[in-house]
Amino acid sequence: MTAMMSIPLPSVPNVKLLKPVQVRAQIVHVRAAGAYRELALHAPGVGVDARPGQFVTLGVGGESSALLLRRAFALSGVDGNVVSVVVAAHGPGTRWILERGAGDVMDLIGPLGRPFPEPPPGGAALLVAGGYGAAPFVGLAQRLNAAGHAVAAVLGAATADRLYAVHDLAPLTQVLSVTTEDGSAGRTGRVTDVLPELLPGASAVYACGPMPMLRAVAAQAAACGLPCHVSVEEAMACGIGVCMTCVLPVIGDDGTSAFVRSCVDGPVFDAAKVRFDDISRLPGDLHGAGAMRANT
Amino acid sequence: MRARLGATTIPSPVLTASGCAAAGRELDPFLDLTALGAVVTKSVQLRARSGRPTPRMAETPSGMLNSIGLQGPGIDAFLAKDLPWLAARGARAMVSIAGGAVEEYAELASRLRGAAGLVAVEVNISCPNVESRGEVFACDPAAASAVLAAVRAADPGVPVYAKLSPDVTDIVSVARACVDSGADGISAINTLLGLVIDTDTLRPVLAAETGGLSGPAIRPVALRCVWQIHRALPNTPILGMGGITNGADALQFILAGATAVSVGTAVFGDPNAPERIGRELAGALAGKGFSRCSDAIGYAHRAPGRTGVHRVDA
Repeated sequence: MTAMMSIPLPSVPNVKLLKPVQVRAQIVHVRAAGAYRELALHAPGVGVDARPGQFVTLGVGGESSALLLRRAFALSGVDGNVVSVVVAAHGPGTRWILERGAGDVMDLIGPLGRPFPEPPPGGAALLVAGGYGAAPFVGLAQRLNAAGHAVAAVLGAATADRLYAVHDLAPLTQVLSVTTEDGSAGRTGRVTDVLPELLPGASAVYACGPMPMLRAVAAQAAACGLPCHVSVEEAMACGIGVCMTCVLPVIGDDGTSAFVRSCVDGPVFDAAKVRFDDISRLPGDLHGAGAMRANT
Repeated sequence: MRARLGATTIPSPVLTASGCAAAGRELDPFLDLTALGAVVTKSVQLRARSGRPTPRMAETPSGMLNSIGLQGPGIDAFLAKDLPWLAARGARAMVSIAGGAVEEYAELASRLRGAAGLVAVEVNISCPNVESRGEVFACDPAAASAVLAAVRAADPGVPVYAKLSPDVTDIVSVARACVDSGADGISAINTLLGLVIDTDTLRPVLAAETGGLSGPAIRPVALRCVWQIHRALPNTPILGMGGITNGADALQFILAGATAVSVGTAVFGDPNAPERIGRELAGALAGKGFSRCSDAIGYAHRAPGRTGVHRVDA
């Protein structure tokens, strides 16, 4: 008899999450936001207990579509039964969504995933976003303000039109810094250029954006000894924990690393537990890696 | 709307598909697991497996390509956690097993023998055989036969289905070899091997390069396989699958000769799909005058010229 083994999971915020629901959601309004659009959808039961960092998925293409897989979007706002998401044109699925208008009905599932945890009591939070990665941060900043935390934010993008939530975050933050790579807004450069000035005043870092940015921010936060929570964006097929597509190597509480699902075990992870260098690789010490050598 | 899985009666002819329902728990918020024919669990192996690196998936026209690499907890954790959860939930489990050697399949079947919640074993023989240069068991009637005989010997009582690959010259000969070696039924089909290349990176999209193609894109291939197997082995139960997204799709498989169907990739787009398709299939059968699902099995094989509307005789 072999020893009992279970897949070790990383520590997660101790919050009780409601089960997701699948609803026919009607678009209430569509708002242009630079290069993106924000959709507000009437989705009863989805937003009731949703927290910043959680996400929803939308079915795309209609019943006769050749696009089978759902698209995932971080919740950018919740107002009663209305939930909001920010959509950027990536491919045919997101372009189809961007062609929808007020009154159109979509298949929506949510809330999904684990939210951002609270910072240490009384601590100041530093929010770092790349592009539409800022989507969950207005709600997070509101929540942090309400709990008495000071909030600073750095929003970066390639160009000014790819920034999101600059105006919404301004009244919610003590410090708001903007960077663009082409200099079309704020300072020319990247969010990581600004962080050395802001990290000393922070007690926790929250980051959402492309993986290379998350990796760089996590390294800077770790160098300052700060806890850092990253929200990852991995390709998903289902968004509910079935397909095993969206995995990344994460260190569990017992020190063992495993491929864990970013949809149900994330998308928010403790950055110190994410093995950024091993994403898209199969490190030999990963739980179950030995069995792959015997039989691929 | 009852159906049969081997000698076992199940309350619906619609099941989930292996690898597209995990071990059932994740789908619990979206459908009534107890009303499904069975939850077909993700292929379990003896040892825990990490699975392959990412990217593991590429969306394709009316389908998707995946190369997960059978990530899973191993049989010990499966028996300790997953199967007891399904049993406690009141769901029936058709447990998919996979291995790299005949003995591994036999050991998995003996470990599962008599477990609460188990109603059938699906033998996934579409994995590479480590002992014969990585060739897939399902591509060789003799290798497939050896696996099924070993599983049959390990558990003489449980309904055993062999899950076949369409990537063979003659799927009927593999099906016949499995049935001759003790398989009660055939699950058809597994994914087709495919490839997608990223024209930006000029490399295959998947880390594993090739992957299994599933979804409606493969439905006609799957239907053809079910048709051929039913014609050759009319008394063998077939669990038909491959791109079923609605009740009319499911009806096609029943008419081709399937006794029940599995809904796989459609779950990723709609986690309620198996329940919805069960409802739609019942409506489609009734609409054609079939009072029982079993009356429609293989109905499309009848000689041409007879009415398309089924009349129940007597």
